[in-house]
Amino acid sequence: MKRVYVNEKWCLGCRLCEYNCAFANSGEKDMVKALKGKKIYPRIRVDEHDGITFAVSCRHCEDPICVKSCIAGALSKEGDGMVKLDRTKCVGCLTCVLVCPYGAVVQDERGAALKCELCLTNTAGYPACVKGCPNAAIVYEERD
Amino acid sequence: MISKYVIIGGGVASTGCIEGIRKVDPSGGITLITAEPYLTYCRPLISYLLEGKTTLEKMLYRPESFYEKNGVRVMLATKSERIDPERKTVMLSDGTSIGYEKLLCATGSVPFVPPFEGLDTVKSKFSFLTLDDALELERAITPESRVFIVGAGLIGLKCAEGIHGRVGSITVCDLAPQVLASILDSDSANIVEETLQSHGINLILGDTVAKFEENVAILQSGASVEFDVLVLAVGVRPNVALVRDAGGKIGRGIIVDDTMLTSLPDVYAAGDCTESFDITSSSSRVLAILPNAYMQGECAGINMAEGYSSYANAVPMNSVGFFGLHIATAGTYTGELHEIRTLGCLKKLYVNEGRLVGFIIIGDTTRAGIYTSLIRNKTPLDEIDFELIKNYPSLMAFSGNSRLKMLGGVV
Ligand SMILES: Cc1cc2nc3c(=O)[nH]c(=O)nc-3n(C[C@H](O)[C@H](O)[C@H](O)COP(=O)(O)OP(=O)(O)OC[C@H]3O[C@@H](n4cnc5c(N)ncnc54)[C@H](O)[C@@H]3O)c2cc1C
Repeated sequence: MKRVYVNEKWCLGCRLCEYNCAFANSGEKDMVKALKGKKIYPRIRVDEHDGITFAVSCRHCEDPICVKSCIAGALSKEGDGMVKLDRTKCVGCLTCVLVCPYGAVVQDERGAALKCELCLTNTAGYPACVKGCPNAAIVYEERD
Repeated sequence: MISKYVIIGGGVASTGCIEGIRKVDPSGGITLITAEPYLTYCRPLISYLLEGKTTLEKMLYRPESFYEKNGVRVMLATKSERIDPERKTVMLSDGTSIGYEKLLCATGSVPFVPPFEGLDTVKSKFSFLTLDDALELERAITPESRVFIVGAGLIGLKCAEGIHGRVGSITVCDLAPQVLASILDSDSANIVEETLQSHGINLILGDTVAKFEENVAILQSGASVEFDVLVLAVGVRPNVALVRDAGGKIGRGIIVDDTMLTSLPDVYAAGDCTESFDITSSSSRVLAILPNAYMQGECAGINMAEGYSSYANAVPMNSVGFFGLHIATAGTYTGELHEIRTLGCLKKLYVNEGRLVGFIIIGDTTRAGIYTSLIRNKTPLDEIDFELIKNYPSLMAFSGNSRLKMLGGVV
């Protein structure tokens, strides 16, 4: 399956991916209206230390421990390989946060879980973090 | 009747088993026998149901279509009475029996009820383990009810949160001098106790019931509590009866090997009814948590279908919240303690022989999985920059090469 991969050598730490992610998942048509003056809850997060920067989002693991640990049956791995969260089933226990080895499950404004679904479940249709990365440090492709 | 695979008990371990079997064997017949009248639901959500945060439909663990899709014959409200490991049959409560090639015992837990004097004089009393328990409790409570919960463990406190706002008062007592004694130390429990009390929940700690006289509990200290509704949440025990009576080995729970096979041929066991080897304390313990039930069930299923899987890195862990306060714990609390207190957050990390073996986090649990994974993988801390992530977990602590594997490859 195609996944989002990051190359930290090329990451500028500009955090545009975070903004593009929050916008793509906001359901709004206008970026300013979607983000201005609001706390954002991006599903990809940039880490920065000592000159190193990189972004992390869900790895869509082959054998996802979050899915097996979800006490609400809200996480599933679909036939296409994507790890998907049914937010209407999630009760916000954060067991997924407790088990994800990559720290890739974040929290939404209600404190419930939130994760990357490759922009396949919103209207963007193609990962917005990838599309908007000015240095091609984030790519969307098939690897093995 | 005969079925290639027979599963006794329709909890989450059974779903793990079905999914495990189907990874290897796409068509062998599966029969699921379960005492409860419901398809597998999310047991931990029964308190959320009372709280109005989920519904009966949403708390189904898998969609209704799951069973047909996977060729599973489901027998609801049917109890297995006996396993005959020689004839390879299971006797059922409806008088019939069913033959198996491979059997999974996933019978879960049973509530532990201490022999309190006078308990039989209490009219309105409940356990809090099943959906029916929750629905019956819901019918019994009124906005005036004084509810008395015996046991301040996870189940007792979740029950309290579930009915909060729907009853007159809630009092919780526990013999331990703190709440959540099996997962927190007294320091961290204190924070949780303050949160509970600030929401009007009365806590009586270090004291328990000596006897009941109808709707009054006389405590060991001599104090008394008047109540209308009693919830007994003292603890649970592995439900080992079927395997024990069939001659299988039992320790704290049903004893299984790394493939989930019991001491009886072709009889596997998974979930709350078993004991697991906890890699953080190097001891056999009952890990009555949902992730463990799923992973054991899946492992058993793969092996029952003659694939190969081993589950040998069980770690106790819990993520639970009360009134918005989050708690994340894992492992054992031994070794050198690294404690970090920041505004609204208490974090205790335990390091033993150069490895992270446990933690308690109260408050902000962001990315706690990075710590959990260090425990599960027994990562030597000198291979990472541990100092850097004591405050805030990040993949930054790993070498560029390890990170390349994690973020640049299929994992
Ligand atoms: C209120 C509450 C909150 C919880 N919260 C959490 C949490 O936040 N996180 C977490 O990880 N865990 C939590 N747990 C624990 C979690 O629910 C269990 O670890 C998990 O459900 C175990 O699954 P299981 O399949 O082993 O057993 P169970 O879910 O107990 O299922 C066993 C099934 O077997 C059936 N059965 C038993 N004997 C027979 C028989 N002879 N014949 C036929 N059927 C039989 C039973 O009726 C039952 O349906 C909670 C539990 C409760 C009660």
